[in-house]
Amino acid sequence: MAVISYREALRAAMRDELKRDDKVVIMGEEVAQFNGAYKVTEGLLKEFGPKRVVDTPISEAGFIGLGIGASMLGIRPVMELMFWSFSYVAFDQIVNNAGNIRYMSGGLINCPIVIRGPGNGGTNVGATHSHTPEAILASHPGIKVVCPATPYDAKGLLKAAIRDNDPVYVMENTILYNDKGEVPDEDYIVPLGVADVKRVGTDLTIVAHGRAVITSLKAAEILEQEHGVSVEVVDLRSIRPLDEETILASVRKTHRALLVEENKPFCGVDAQVAYLIQSRAFDELDAPIHRVSSIDAPQIYCKRMEDQQLPDVNRVVREALKVLA
Amino acid sequence: MAEIIDMPKLSDTMSVGTLVKWNIQEGQVVAFGDILGEIETDKATMELSCTVPGTILKLYAAAGAQLPVGAPICAIGKKGEAAPSPVAAPAPAPKAPPTAVPAIPEKVDVSCIPAAPASAGTVAPQSDASRTKASPYAKRMAEKAALNVAALTGSGPGGRVVARDVSAAAAAPAAAAPSGPLKVAVAPPADGKGIQPDADVPVGGMRQTIARRLLESKLTVPHFYLEVEVDAAPLLAMRESLNKRLADSGADAVKLSVNDFILKASAEALRRVPAVNASWAGTSIRAHGAVHLSFGVALEDGLVTPVIRDAHAKTLKDIAVEAKALIGKARAKKLTPAEMSGSTFTVTNLGMYGVTGFYGIINVPNAAILSVGATIKKPVVDAQDRLVIGQRMVIGLAGDHRVVDGANAAQFLQALKQLLEEPTLMLI
Repeated sequence: MAVISYREALRAAMRDELKRDDKVVIMGEEVAQFNGAYKVTEGLLKEFGPKRVVDTPISEAGFIGLGIGASMLGIRPVMELMFWSFSYVAFDQIVNNAGNIRYMSGGLINCPIVIRGPGNGGTNVGATHSHTPEAILASHPGIKVVCPATPYDAKGLLKAAIRDNDPVYVMENTILYNDKGEVPDEDYIVPLGVADVKRVGTDLTIVAHGRAVITSLKAAEILEQEHGVSVEVVDLRSIRPLDEETILASVRKTHRALLVEENKPFCGVDAQVAYLIQSRAFDELDAPIHRVSSIDAPQIYCKRMEDQQLPDVNRVVREALKVLA
Repeated sequence: MAEIIDMPKLSDTMSVGTLVKWNIQEGQVVAFGDILGEIETDKATMELSCTVPGTILKLYAAAGAQLPVGAPICAIGKKGEAAPSPVAAPAPAPKAPPTAVPAIPEKVDVSCIPAAPASAGTVAPQSDASRTKASPYAKRMAEKAALNVAALTGSGPGGRVVARDVSAAAAAPAAAAPSGPLKVAVAPPADGKGIQPDADVPVGGMRQTIARRLLESKLTVPHFYLEVEVDAAPLLAMRESLNKRLADSGADAVKLSVNDFILKASAEALRRVPAVNASWAGTSIRAHGAVHLSFGVALEDGLVTPVIRDAHAKTLKDIAVEAKALIGKARAKKLTPAEMSGSTFTVTNLGMYGVTGFYGIINVPNAAILSVGATIKKPVVDAQDRLVIGQRMVIGLAGDHRVVDGANAAQFLQALKQLLEEPTLMLI
C-alpha cells in the first residue's frame, strides 16, 4: 500500500472519479491553471483538460450556484472553496437550494454536488478565514457533511461523496494536508455515516472528528503511558449522517465519555453527541460527559494565543482525567 | 492563579483520608517535591508531596481532619494572593463524630442560597443533602448486585458513588487474621469502675475498609469450610536445624518462622492444585498464572494483608526475607497500595495466640483463605497403632464455592499436608 499525504489522497480520489465518470468536473477559484490554492488539484488540468477542470471567478455565490444548477441537470461537480469560511457568501445556494431541492421537487430533482475545501483554524489567518462550519451545515436536513482525519479516510470519503446523489460537503484541514498515511491504490470508498474506532480502549471513550482525532490519539497515548488509562478513540468521520451506534457501543463499554472538537463549543457537533449519549445511554454513564472545544471567542489572530484556543494534547489529557475522576 | 490541592486518591479503594499532620504552615514557600504533610488512607500513611510550587495561601483542613477524596485541603499561589474559596466542598463521607477534629470551617458562599421566593406558590427546590449521589451506571450495577447505593462510600468527585465503588463493594477482599504476636495489656485491678469509658470511638479508613470488605465477602461469597490436621513434627525439626545453620552463617542471618514454611508450602500446593489459584469473575473463572501470596499482619488498630508477589517462583529464604520486610513496613504503616493488592491466595495464622483452629473470611477476589492454628502436643495413634506424643497443627480452609468445590479444595489440603509433613519435598 502506498504511503501518501492527505493532500495526495484527495487528489487521487478526484483523479479516480474523473476517470471513472465523465460527468464529474472540478470547479473553483484557482483549481486549474494555478493548480489549486493549496495544490490539492495539482496536475488535474493537464491530465483532464479545461472542460473537466474549470477556473471560476472570485464569486462564491455565483460559482456555487453554477455548480448546483449543473448538478440538477446531471453533472457531478466537485467544487473547491479556498476556505469553508467563504461558504458564508454562498449560503443561500449551499443551504436553501442544494439542501432543499430534492424535498421541494417531490424527489424529481436531486443535487449530486460535492463542495470541498479546508474548514479549520490554527493557521494564523484570522477570524474571518478560520471557521469550522460543519455543525452549522449539518443542522440542515438534506445536507451531508464529512470531516476526514487521515489520508485513508480523505480519499475514501471524497470518493463516496462524489458518488452520492445528494449534496455532500467535505471539510478538510490545511494542517493535515501534509500528514502521510497508507492509502490503497485500488478503488475503495469509506461509506458516509460510518464512524471508525481509531484506537481500542476500555476506560474512556473520546469522540472526535477532523484534526481533533489526531490530537485525541496523541492524548490517548499519554494517558496510557503516564496514567495507565485505556482510551478508545472514536472518529466520527461523518457528521451527518451520524453513526450513533458506534458512539453508543463505545460508551456502553467504557461508561465514560470525553468529546473533542475544534469547533466553538456553543451548538457544536459535540453538543449533539452529548445529547445523544445521555438520551440513549444514560444508565451506562459513570461520570458526566465532558467536552473539549475551541475557546469560545472569534478566532484569535495572534498565533501563540490561537494555538491555545484550539484543543491541544495537554487540554485533552487534563479533561480526560477529570472525566476519569 | 492560586491552585487548590485536593485530598488525593492514594489507593484504588480510598474514599476518605485522614490528614495526619501538616509539615507546612500558611505563608510558607514550597517547591516541587516538598513534603506538605502526611495522609492516612484505608491502607497506609503516605506523604503528600508538593506538585505546585508557590506560597501556601490557606490550609482548609486541620491536622486530624477526615476528608473525602477530592475535598480541598490547601491552596497554593503567589505570595499575597487571596486564597480561593473552595466551591461546595463535599461533605465528609463518613460523618465525622463529635470527638474527631473537624475540618476548619470555610466561609459559606451566601450567593448560592436561594432567596425566599417573593410570590407564593413557587418554592425553590432544595437539594437533599442526605441523598447519595451515584452515577447512573453505578446505580444500575448496584441494582444488579443487590447492593444499596446509599450504603456505599463514593470515591468520585463530590463523593459520587461510581462504578469502581460498586465493584469494590461487590468483590471486597475480606481481611485475614493477624500473624505475629501483639502485646496484650495487663488488666488493672478492678476498682469498681467499668472496663473502659462508654464512647463511640471514631474509626479510621483502615477499619472502615475492613468492615466494608469483610461484610461484602460474607454476604456475597458462598463460603465452605474444610479442615485437616497435620503432623508438624518433621517441619519443626527441619526448621530448627535450618535456623541453627543459618544462625551460624552470620549476624544478619535469616530466621525462618513456622509461617514462612506454611507460605512456601501453600505456594507449592497451589502449583499442584492450580484450580484454587483462581478468582470468580462474574461470568467466568479467572485462572491466575502466578501465585501472589497475601498474609495477614495484625496492627494495633486493625490489620493489613501485604502480598508476596510470584511466591511460586521464590525460595523459602526469599519468602522469609520478603515477609519480614513487609511485616516491618506494615507495622510502620508504610506499605504502598501496590504492596497490598493483587493477591491470589491468603494465609492467616493465629497459632501464636494458642488458637487451635479457625476459619478466615475469604479475601475477595481470592478463591480461598488458609487459616493456621497453633501446634500443640497431643496423643496420637501412629502408623504402628501405638499411642505416641504428636505435634499437631490444625489447618482450616474457607473456599469460594463458585470457584472451587469440596473435592479440589480437599486435594489442595492433601497436597499441603504432604508438603508440611515431608518438608524436604519443598526443596524440589
